[in-house]
Amino acid sequence: MDTQLVSALISGLGMGSMYGLMALGFYITFAVSGTVNFAQGSSMMLGAVLCYTFAQTLGWPIWLAVPVALALCALYGVLVERLAVRPFVRRGSDAWLMSTVALGIVLDNVVMHTFGKEPRSLPSSLAVSPVEVGGLGLGVYPLQLIIPLVGLALAAALHLVARRTRWGSALLATSQNRDAARLMGIPISRAVAGAFALSTVLAGVAGMLIAPLANVNSDMGTLFGLKAFSVAILGGITSAWGVMIAGLLFGLAESLIIMSLGSGYTHIITFGLVIVALALRPNGLFGRAEVKKV
Amino acid sequence: MLRISRVLVAAAFTALLAMLPWRAAVAAEPVKIGLITALSGQSALAGQAISRGVQLAIDEINANGGVLGGRELVLVRRDDESNPAKGVVAARELIHKEKVAVLFGGLDTPVALAIVPLANQAKMPFMDPWAAGTPITKNGADPNFVFRVSAMDELVDVAMVEYAQKNFGSEKFGLLMINNPWGESNHKGLVAALDAKGMKPAGSEKFDGDAIDVVPQLTRLRDAGADTIALVGNVGPSAQVVKSLRRMGWDVPIVSHWGPAGGRFTELAGPGAEKVHFVQTYSFFGDQSPVGKKVIAALTDKYDDINGPADITPAVGVANAYDAMHLTALAIDNAGSTDGEAIREGYFEIDTYPGLIKTYKDPFSKEQHDALGPQDYVWAQFIDNRIVPVGLQD
Repeated sequence: MDTQLVSALISGLGMGSMYGLMALGFYITFAVSGTVNFAQGSSMMLGAVLCYTFAQTLGWPIWLAVPVALALCALYGVLVERLAVRPFVRRGSDAWLMSTVALGIVLDNVVMHTFGKEPRSLPSSLAVSPVEVGGLGLGVYPLQLIIPLVGLALAAALHLVARRTRWGSALLATSQNRDAARLMGIPISRAVAGAFALSTVLAGVAGMLIAPLANVNSDMGTLFGLKAFSVAILGGITSAWGVMIAGLLFGLAESLIIMSLGSGYTHIITFGLVIVALALRPNGLFGRAEVKKV
Repeated sequence: MLRISRVLVAAAFTALLAMLPWRAAVAAEPVKIGLITALSGQSALAGQAISRGVQLAIDEINANGGVLGGRELVLVRRDDESNPAKGVVAARELIHKEKVAVLFGGLDTPVALAIVPLANQAKMPFMDPWAAGTPITKNGADPNFVFRVSAMDELVDVAMVEYAQKNFGSEKFGLLMINNPWGESNHKGLVAALDAKGMKPAGSEKFDGDAIDVVPQLTRLRDAGADTIALVGNVGPSAQVVKSLRRMGWDVPIVSHWGPAGGRFTELAGPGAEKVHFVQTYSFFGDQSPVGKKVIAALTDKYDDINGPADITPAVGVANAYDAMHLTALAIDNAGSTDGEAIREGYFEIDTYPGLIKTYKDPFSKEQHDALGPQDYVWAQFIDNRIVPVGLQD
C-alpha cells in the first residue's frame, strides 16, 4: 500500500472515531428518551476546556483532572436535560430542539468570556513524538492509534450494557413504553437524566482525546457537533454499532476524498454523500424503521 | 435595549473624557481622531496595539504643540467587535455626531470594506493601520479617501514568492490556503504573483479553520513535487500545519502571511514553529533606529505591562498605527483645516517624514494610497513566544 493511502486511512479512522463517539451521545439519549442534545459540540468543547483548565492552568495531575472534568460534564448533561429538555417534553412540545441549541450557544459564550477566545494547546505525551508506521516514512502520534480503540471499546461497552444488563434493559424499556416502564418500577426521570449525563460524558471524552491534536477554544466543537449529528442520522441513530461505524465511514470518506480529489470540495462531497445515503436508506445505514403500532 | 446601550456608551465616554489629562490651557477646540477597531473578542489584543500606537503618536504631537498652530489631538475610540455592521454604525456616529477629522479603522478586512463606501461618500479620510485586503485602498472610488500604512494582500503574495525564491531557491510552490475569503483572495494573489514569473503552483490545497489533520492535503502537495509551502491561515490552523508536517517528517520551507503572529504560535504548533517564516511590517527586536528607541522607551514608560520589545505585541499594530498617526498629523497641517477633502490633498503633499518603519518619501499619491510596499516588509519567526526577525537568533 502506498504512503498516501495509509496516511489517509489513519487520519480517517482517527477523525471518524471522534465523530462516532460524539454520535454515540446522540444515540444514548435518543434511545432512552427520544430526545437529543443538539449542542453536543459544546459538550465536547466543555470536556476539552475543563481538562485544559485543571491540568494546565491549575496544574493538577492528569489522573485527577480527567475524572473531575468528566464528572462536571456529567453534571452539565443533567442540567441540559433539566433546563432545556424536560420542561418542553412534559408539555409535549418539540421546543427542546431549539432550547438545547440555545443552551449550547450560552455555554460557548460563557466559555469565551471566562476561558478567553485565544486558542490554547493541551500538551500530551502521546502527541509529541510521532512513531513510524511500517517503514513507510509516515509518522503517527500514539494518541491517533488510541482514539479509534477507545471509540470502539466504548461502543462495545454500550452495546453490552444495553443488551445484557438489567440497567440497560431498563433504559431501553423507558423509550419503548414510558407508562409500562413506570409501572414496572423503573425510575424514568432518573434514567433520562442518566442518559443525558452519559451522553455529555462521551462528548467530553471525545473533546479530551482530541484536545492534544487540535486547539482548545470556545468554538472548537461547532462543526464537529454538526458532523456528529449527520453521522448519528446516517448510522440510523437506533444502533450503537451503527453510529460508530457510520462515524468511521464519514471520517474515512473525508480523508479519502481529500486524498483523491483535493481539499477544495470535501464538505460538498461528504455531506452530499450523506444526503444520497439517506435517500437510499431513509432509516440510516444500520437503522430499522420505527414500528408504529396502531 | 438600543437606548440603554447608547446611554451607557455615552456615560462611559463622558467618564473616559473626564479621565483624560486635560491641559490647563487648551488654546482652541481639539481636533478629534476617530478609531474603530476590535476592543473585545478574539482580536482585542491587536485593537489595543493599534490604540497604543495612535495614542503614543498623539501624545508626541500634542507635546509639540498639536496641529493647525496649537490645536490638540483627541482620540475617540469605538469597539467594532470584528463585526462589519457594528463598524458601520460606529463610523456613522464618529463621522456625523462626533465630527472627527480623520477616521482610523480596519483591523478585520470585512469591517474595513464595510466602512470604505461610507467614508468615500462622506468625504472622510479613512486611515487603515492593519487590514490587508487589497480592495480596501483599491476600491475604485474617485475621489478615494482611503489610505493605508500596513501590508496589502496582493503585495504580500508577491513578497512571499520573492522571499522563498531568494532564501530557499524555491521552484515549486505548494499553496495551502485557509478555506475562507481571506484564503481565496490570497490564492488569487499568489497565482498571479507566480504567473508574473512564468510559474505555476505545483499544487493548491485548502484547509478548514478547525482542521485537526492536514496530512492528507500536505501529502498531496508533497507528491505534486512542492519544494516550498506558501501558507495563509490564522494562528490556530497554521499551527495544525506545523504539527502535521512533523508527523510526516517532511522538512520543507514554509513562507506565510502574518497569521501566526496572531496568537501563541509556539505553544500551539510545538517544535518546528520557528520554521514558519512570516511577513511583518516591523519588529522591535534587533537594531533600532533613533525613532525605534524613542518609541520603545515611551511605551515602557507609559504602560505598566510593557517592559521590553517582547511585550509590544502585536508589533505591527503599534508600529503601523504610530506612523499612520504622524503622517495624518502632517496631512492635517498641510491641509490647514479639518476639511476632509483638504486633508486628503494634504496626504499627497507629504514629502519626507522620518518614521518608525522607514523614512517615508512621498508616501501617498493619487495612484498610490498604500505607504508601505514589499521592500518594507520584515520576515519574522517565532522563537519561544517572541516574534523576532528571521536570523536574529542564529
